[in-house]
Amino acid sequence: MIVVDDIHMHFGGIRAVDGASITIEKGSITGLIGPNGAGKTTLFNVIAGNYKPTSGHVYLDGEEITGLKPHELFQRGLLRTFQIAHEFHSLTVRDNLMMVPAGQSGESLMDTWLRPSKVREEEERIRAKADEVIEFLEIPQVADELAGNLSGGQKKLLELGRTMMVDAKIVFLDEVGAGVNRTLLGTIGDAIRRLQQERGYTFCMIEHDMDFIGKLCDPVIVMAEGHVLAEGKAEEIMRNEQVIEAYLGTGLKNRPGKSAANPDGAAPSESNTGEQAS
Amino acid sequence: MEDILNAFVLLSNFVLIPALAYGSQLALGALGVTLVYGILRFSNFAHGEIMSFGAMSAILVMWGFQASGVSIAPLPTVLLALPFGILATIAMLLIVDRSVFRYYRKKRAAPVILLIASAGVMFFLNGLVRFIIGPDDQRVVDGERFIIRVREFKQMTGLDQGLALKTSQGISVLAAIVCVGLLFWFLNHTRSGKSMRAYSDNEDLALLSGVNPDRVVLYAWILAGSLAAIAGTLYGLDKSYKPFTFLQLLLPIFAAAIVGGIGSPIGATVGGFVIAFSEVTVTYAYKRFLAYMVPDSWAPEGLAQLLSTDYKFAVSFMILVIVLIVRPTGIFSGKTL
Repeated sequence: MIVVDDIHMHFGGIRAVDGASITIEKGSITGLIGPNGAGKTTLFNVIAGNYKPTSGHVYLDGEEITGLKPHELFQRGLLRTFQIAHEFHSLTVRDNLMMVPAGQSGESLMDTWLRPSKVREEEERIRAKADEVIEFLEIPQVADELAGNLSGGQKKLLELGRTMMVDAKIVFLDEVGAGVNRTLLGTIGDAIRRLQQERGYTFCMIEHDMDFIGKLCDPVIVMAEGHVLAEGKAEEIMRNEQVIEAYLGTGLKNRPGKSAANPDGAAPSESNTGEQAS
Repeated sequence: MEDILNAFVLLSNFVLIPALAYGSQLALGALGVTLVYGILRFSNFAHGEIMSFGAMSAILVMWGFQASGVSIAPLPTVLLALPFGILATIAMLLIVDRSVFRYYRKKRAAPVILLIASAGVMFFLNGLVRFIIGPDDQRVVDGERFIIRVREFKQMTGLDQGLALKTSQGISVLAAIVCVGLLFWFLNHTRSGKSMRAYSDNEDLALLSGVNPDRVVLYAWILAGSLAAIAGTLYGLDKSYKPFTFLQLLLPIFAAAIVGGIGSPIGATVGGFVIAFSEVTVTYAYKRFLAYMVPDSWAPEGLAQLLSTDYKFAVSFMILVIVLIVRPTGIFSGKTL
């Protein structure tokens, strides 16, 4: 569905992404992992139109989308969320969601005055949709709360909700699990899984929580130093010598392999320590 | 008892009513500044001159009406001309935006660059206005000048003190209430208004969600232009119209916007009245007021005036400095609409 072909992104002398090529299959939840500074977020920024790459191409369903603006990609159903959740903090959760669909007739002053019934009908439709999304995410209790007052995890759910307002085709999640407690992470994971299965979403997510990755993602792509190091099923990746080396340096080879075999609990904290060590 | 009533009437006549009217004009001006700041993210120094341009346009059209004998007496003719003034102001702003601000916006220039550019626009507009209408005082008011006259009030109440309510003051307060009401309704209850607030809140996200930035900017200019033209015309109607006064007016307007919290419309409204009341109360001579309130032997010999009216702009400066030191974000911690 998404083909990234030999992307280079240089900032001055720094080669943040240095010849990365990845393919994201339709209907998959692709994980993108790698140590800090591997170029994951930069690659996201290139795909989502925040940066224009130094060289290389990005294709969506065979069409070239390299260098399109974020809102143009948004219209084509390609969305991203941010590492630090973004929201309109002085608008309610419902208004935040209702903000999303582009080209609403209510945004034109002419229509507001001259065709109020059309505007109202459209508004009703969008409101119904927003309510459905709120229902799906199981956050009705905060629907009328100002988004600025939400907890970090709820803001992440709101980001997911935003993608649902336009029936996204593919969503790029940048560390959706960062700073979110276990319970809420479960809810977010469930929502992602349900969106994939019930609505045919494709996801690509940057994540550091190996446990979360292991449960959700297939395949997992590992990046290091600006290019793709390995790709495969989560279990394979976690045993891959090269990957372990990229994360931990040499000498500690065996530890993450063991934690990967252990399905829950210890894995995430170890991957975190590993990351700091790198 | 009668003394207290007299004192109250005196205070209403010289403090309460003038400050309310002046506060309304400042609030309308500050709202424009705050809207532009919230959406375009720079302090628009040209706002005073935009008000001046609006008032001038309205006056030119008013002369046309007067010459052809059109009148809406007892209301001042300039009110009839105001819609044309608003349209002219909006047109001028859109031209300025196209030719100046848009360039810097596309380049994503730092706010301070836009601010300096706006100072350039200010001088340009100032020159243009003086070129068209000349630097002299213009009388704007016609029709019935007073809603309540001093003599009528005295006859009505039997008090020694008279009270006058000028038509222009009544109109200023009324116009402020209507404009602020409409603006808040627009921002809080319409799709376009919410887009503006969203854009002001988080530009990146708004762009990502497909809010059309050109449209939001267009609305910001339309609103700011309308408010500026109304504020300028009302100020001219209340005092008199003179191009140079608007340069001085810029200070209290910015003070009002900053005191309330720049970027916050509620803040701008409240700030306008805070500044107006401070200016008027600090520069008012309380001698006669005190004469009514205290026994005769205590009555002050001097004027009991804190500051001469010459220093009234110093009051805005003082408030501005104090607010920036004590609470830099303003009363309503602004930044977003």
